Amino acid sequence: MTTTLPETAAPAPARKPRRRRIGRGRGLQAYTVLLVAWLLLPIAVMVAFGFNDTHSKQNFEWEGFTLHWYAHLFDKKDLTTALVNSLTIALLTTLIATVLGTLAGLAIGRYKFRGQGLANVVMFAAISCPEVVMGASLLSMFVATETPRGYLTILAAHVMFSVSFVAITVRARAVGLDASIEEAAKDLGAGPWTTFRLVTLPMIMPGVTSGALLAFALSVDDFVITNFTSGATQTFPLWVWASTRTGTPPQVNVMGTLIFAAGVLLAAGNVVLTRRRARATP
Amino acid sequence: MRRLKGAVAPYLLILPGGLWLVVFFAVPLVYMASVSLMTGNLIDGFEQTWHWRNYTDGLDVYGDKFVRSLWYGLIATVACIALAYPAAYWIAFRAGRHKSTWLFMLLLPFFVSFVLRTIAWKLVLTDQGPVLGPLKSWHLLPKDFHVLDSGFAVVSGLTYNFLPFMVLPIYVALERVDHRVVEAAYDLYAGRFAAFRRVVLPLSLPGVFAGVIMTFVPVTSDYVNASVLGGPDNTMIGNVIQTEYFTNSEYATASALSFTLMALLLLGIFAYARALGTKDVLEAAGR
Repeated sequence: MTTTLPETAAPAPARKPRRRRIGRGRGLQAYTVLLVAWLLLPIAVMVAFGFNDTHSKQNFEWEGFTLHWYAHLFDKKDLTTALVNSLTIALLTTLIATVLGTLAGLAIGRYKFRGQGLANVVMFAAISCPEVVMGASLLSMFVATETPRGYLTILAAHVMFSVSFVAITVRARAVGLDASIEEAAKDLGAGPWTTFRLVTLPMIMPGVTSGALLAFALSVDDFVITNFTSGATQTFPLWVWASTRTGTPPQVNVMGTLIFAAGVLLAAGNVVLTRRRARATP
Repeated sequence: MRRLKGAVAPYLLILPGGLWLVVFFAVPLVYMASVSLMTGNLIDGFEQTWHWRNYTDGLDVYGDKFVRSLWYGLIATVACIALAYPAAYWIAFRAGRHKSTWLFMLLLPFFVSFVLRTIAWKLVLTDQGPVLGPLKSWHLLPKDFHVLDSGFAVVSGLTYNFLPFMVLPIYVALERVDHRVVEAAYDLYAGRFAAFRRVVLPLSLPGVFAGVIMTFVPVTSDYVNASVLGGPDNTMIGNVIQTEYFTNSEYATASALSFTLMALLLLGIFAYARALGTKDVLEAAGR
C-alpha cells in the first residue's frame, strides 16, 4: 500500500491497524481529560474561596457565599501596593528585556563571530541556573557593595533572568531568515536603520512578541529571586507568601481569579485574532 | 569598510544585554564565591579567610537535605514525564483540529501565580478539603488520615507546579514527528508498540530531555512547596539556604551551600546537554 497521501486526508477505509489505533486514542483522551481536571482543581478551589464568607483569619473552611471580597478588593492598602509594584516591574522588565534580548538574539542568530559559543553558554547558564542561587548571589553582591535593596534591584534582577529567554526566542526566529531579503533592501538604497525597521523587525516580530510575553509572565510570577533582592519592597507573590503565616485573606484569591481571567481572555483573544488574520490572508 | 561594519555589528548588538548579564549574573556569582570562603558574622563583619571548611561543614551538616532534594527532584521529574507524555502524545497525534485548545488547557495553571498555586494545592489537600473531606465522610478513609506535612505532599506539589514545563517541550517534539514516518513503520509491518518504541519515542526524546532540564533544576532547588506543604520535617536544601540567609544571617555558610547546589545541578545539566548538544537544548528551552 502506498502512503504518499498526507495523514490528514479522509480516514481510509477501515483497516485493522488503523481501527486499533483509534481505539487507543479514546483511552488517552479520557486520560488527558482527567489530567486537565487535576490541573484545574486547585484553580477552581482558589476561585471558590474568593467567594467564601469567612470570618476567621485562615481562609480554609467554606462558610457560605459572598461577594464581599470583590466589593472590598482594594481594602488592604499594602496588598494593593504590592500588586501595583508587581505590574509596573513586569511592564518595565518586559520593555528593557525585550529590547536587549532582541538585539542579542539577532547577534547570535544572524552573525558568526568570535565569542558566540561563550555567549550561548552564558545564556544557557542563566536559564538553567537554580533561582535560589541567582537570588543568593545577587544578595551577596548587594550586601558586599552596600547597595540598598528595593524596587530598582528587583527590576535589575528581573531583566537579568528574562533577557536570555527573549534572546533565545528571537534567535530561533532570526536563524531561519532569508538574508537575501535584507540585501535586496540595501540594494534598493535603504540604510541599516531603515532595513532593520521595515524588513528585519517585521520578519522577527513573532519571536519578539512571544519573548515579550514570556518576560512579562516570568517577571510578574517570580518569587524566589525577588525574595532575595526586594529589601522592604513588596510584590504580589511576596505579599502572598508572607500571608501564609498569618492567614491569606480572600482578597488574594479574588486578585488571583481576576489575573487568571484576564490572562486567559488575553491569550484566547490573541489566538482568535491570529486565526482570523491567517484566514483573511490565504 | 563594509566588511569591518559586519565584523563589529554583532558585538554592538550583543553588548547591552551581555553587559547586563555580566553585571547581574556573572559578577554576583563571583561575589558569592568569595563570600563562601569567608568567616565571621553579621555583627563583627565578614572577613576573607579562604575557609574551605564552609563547604565540607555544609555538606556534613546538611548532606541529608541535599540527598532529600535530589531525591524529591528525581521523583517529581519522573512523575512529570509519566504524567505529561501520554497527554502530549494524544494531543500531538489525535486531537485533530483542537490541538491548541487542549494544549492551552494543560497550560492554564501558568495563569495563576506560583505561590498562590501552591497555596491552592494545599487547600485541596487539607484534611476536610474537597478531596479528603468526601472520602472521609463516605468512610473510604479513616477520620485521622492526612496528607499535608509529608514528603508525598511536597512531591505532589512539585509535580503539580512543574507539569506544564514538561508538557510543552514533549508536545513540541511530538508535534514535529512526521506522520508519514510512522505510516512507513506500519507499512513495514511494525506493530503499534514497535512503531512507537522504535520510531516515535526516539524522535520525541529531545523534548523529554528539554523537559527534564526545565523541571529538574527548579524542582530540586525549590523551597516554596516544601515550606507550604511539607511542614517542619520535609525541608529541602532551598529552605536551608533561605533560612541561613534571612533568619540566621550566616552569609558564608549559605553561600557555600548555594554554590554546592549549583555545582551539583549545573555539572549534571552540562554533562546532559553535552551528550545531546547545547544547541538543541537551547532551542527546545526557547519554545
